[in-house]
Amino acid sequence: MTMPVMTETIPDNSTAPEAPAPKADNPDSAGRMGLDEFLEQATDLTDETVGTVTCDHPFMVADDVNVYYGDNHAIKHVSLEIGKKEVIALIGPSGCGKSTFLRCLNRMNDTIETARVTGTITLDGKDIYRKEQDPVALRARVGMVFQKPNPFPKSIYDNVAYGPRIHGIAADRAELDEIVHTSLERAGLLKEVKDRMDEPGTSLSGGQQQRLCIARTIAVNPEVILMDEPCSALDPIATARIEDLMDELCEDYAIVIVTHSMQQAARVSKRVAYFHLGLLVEVDSTDRIFTNPQHKLTEDYITGRIG
Amino acid sequence: MGNKLTTSEIVAAGLARRRRKETTFRLLGILATAVGVLFLGVFFATLIAKGASAFKQTFVQLEITLDAEVIAPGGEIDLEYADFDGLVRTALRSRFPDAKSRADRRELYRLISVGAGYQLRDLVASNPDLIGAKQSLWVPASSDVDMLLKGNIDASVEEALRTMSDKQIAWVESLENSGEIRSEFNDALFGNGDSRDPELAGIKGAVMGSFYMLLVTIALSFPIGVAAAIYLEEFAPKNRWSDLIEVNINNLAAVPSIVFGLLGLAVFINWMSLPRSAPVVGGLVLTLLTLPVIIIASRASIQAVPPSIREAALGLGASSTQVVFHHVLPLAMPGMLTGAIIGMSRALGESAPLLMIGMVAFIVDVPGGFTDPATALPVQIYLWADSPERAFAERTSAAIIVLLGFLLLMNLAAVIIRKRMERKW
Repeated sequence: MTMPVMTETIPDNSTAPEAPAPKADNPDSAGRMGLDEFLEQATDLTDETVGTVTCDHPFMVADDVNVYYGDNHAIKHVSLEIGKKEVIALIGPSGCGKSTFLRCLNRMNDTIETARVTGTITLDGKDIYRKEQDPVALRARVGMVFQKPNPFPKSIYDNVAYGPRIHGIAADRAELDEIVHTSLERAGLLKEVKDRMDEPGTSLSGGQQQRLCIARTIAVNPEVILMDEPCSALDPIATARIEDLMDELCEDYAIVIVTHSMQQAARVSKRVAYFHLGLLVEVDSTDRIFTNPQHKLTEDYITGRIG
Repeated sequence: MGNKLTTSEIVAAGLARRRRKETTFRLLGILATAVGVLFLGVFFATLIAKGASAFKQTFVQLEITLDAEVIAPGGEIDLEYADFDGLVRTALRSRFPDAKSRADRRELYRLISVGAGYQLRDLVASNPDLIGAKQSLWVPASSDVDMLLKGNIDASVEEALRTMSDKQIAWVESLENSGEIRSEFNDALFGNGDSRDPELAGIKGAVMGSFYMLLVTIALSFPIGVAAAIYLEEFAPKNRWSDLIEVNINNLAAVPSIVFGLLGLAVFINWMSLPRSAPVVGGLVLTLLTLPVIIIASRASIQAVPPSIREAALGLGASSTQVVFHHVLPLAMPGMLTGAIIGMSRALGESAPLLMIGMVAFIVDVPGGFTDPATALPVQIYLWADSPERAFAERTSAAIIVLLGFLLLMNLAAVIIRKRMERKW
């Protein structure tokens, strides 16, 4: 929806435009619809997910997951398998529940008091919402990178060393140094920071901070990394570096990334899940989703027919 | 649209009005600030004008014979019962032989403070070899003489209407002319406890009382307040009970302080049988008073810690206690300390609750501990302001200056701590 910007009122209306300029540029403007209209199509939605929710080597399996924030049913009957060593992208319009679903995977929703999760999510065959499961132990296995780079107001070294320290991963100082170095190296940051490990992490640039956060996450050696729009606050160059990094990291970790950029989803992921109003509409390989989407809504969304 | 004005024309038409409004508002702002500064200036000016003279005190030089017969009758030094005042009187009589009648002599004696006798006693106690010798000593003048010389007694007023007689004024003038009177820094004001005699009255007792009280207050209210704030903010479930507690904490901050005094009287003194007039009870009462302030300030500074830091730590697998102690607390600490210091300075200036627990008593001895009878600076000010002697007026102002000095120091400390410890994120 592009609002015509009124800079000055034209006194004579002889040049009144017949159609707004933006529409004229768009060849299939006839099929274009407003966001409200698009969202209204939810009434046609069913709980059925189109495509294949399963994968070859499932590592995390969500089965019939529902999330409620108080009375708000934020996620409805979502079932999805996440494979070992694959990058899966969650896409969809804002408020569709993709971040909520992501936060279910390491129980970050536990911190929201009104949030309630039903259904099962298993990690390596074990339910992560079972009583004996300590969320602390879970989050050591399922790390998370957030939308805004959020380094601790501590030194670069301490930022990366924090996770290993609280979990007692390193036996001594030498081992901790080793972990910090390898983590920074894997995050592609070591060269830039190796002479300034004592400087505060907040003194780095935005892209460096986000890579520091990734280094901090992999220092704990998790099995799954959740990324919640990790590049939305970064410039294209920093974004490209993070995307390259994801390519490397997926050799060892399963990565679940929430993104608003279709190009990013196409570039980094092997599979794509399209969420809409709390429903998982379609899941398939990235190629199929972007070349031959099965569901009308998916097609509308990825071809940019909303807005 | 027709005969419509362009946007820029509409804007231009309203511009003058907008500017006028802005100017008016600015002028009002300047006016308000000026009024505030003026009041503050008047307050400080009168305070200093009235109180500055109290930092000086008049002393009189006397030739005193430390008569062995008086101090050590029968060869034994008797500091407790020896008539040191008598020695001072003898010295006065020999300086002014014209005072013959009993009435005259009584007036003469009133020129010198009773502190002169104490001074002699202390001198002899520290140096017994002086017994028998003649000493030229500067002893404190009475507060009337002090007031006369500071211009607070008007000699032109009819004799019956002033505290000093014509004869006394003549004697003082005679001392002045011979250089036997001088003005010195008022050590007594800072070194003594309270006294009925203004020239001997000091604030040391009150300062120490306030010090012990604040020690108790900070030792209790800071840890309790911070712990309560952390629990309420980070761990307590958000339900009707925690809402109720929050509302009540906010209400407690607004409860008149005298109510806390009554509570202290009922609970700490009547029920727990703690000593009356003691700094420990004062500290407990002030703890009740400052707790809500500290809890509110601490909660605000905990809330100011960005949630992204918490999420980052949680996402790495930190437990909630680790999140609090590794990340939230260090970031919130400057705000908590500032809140605590501001709470302390409020406690330092509080007098009403202390009246209820007996800290308003006239206490001469400087307290040496938490259970010694004591008073506090603001209460001392209240007591002195109530005293009829003219010389207490300037001492009241001086005590206020000292109290304000302490408050200024504490608030300065709060600012410095905030600037030093504040970390950017």
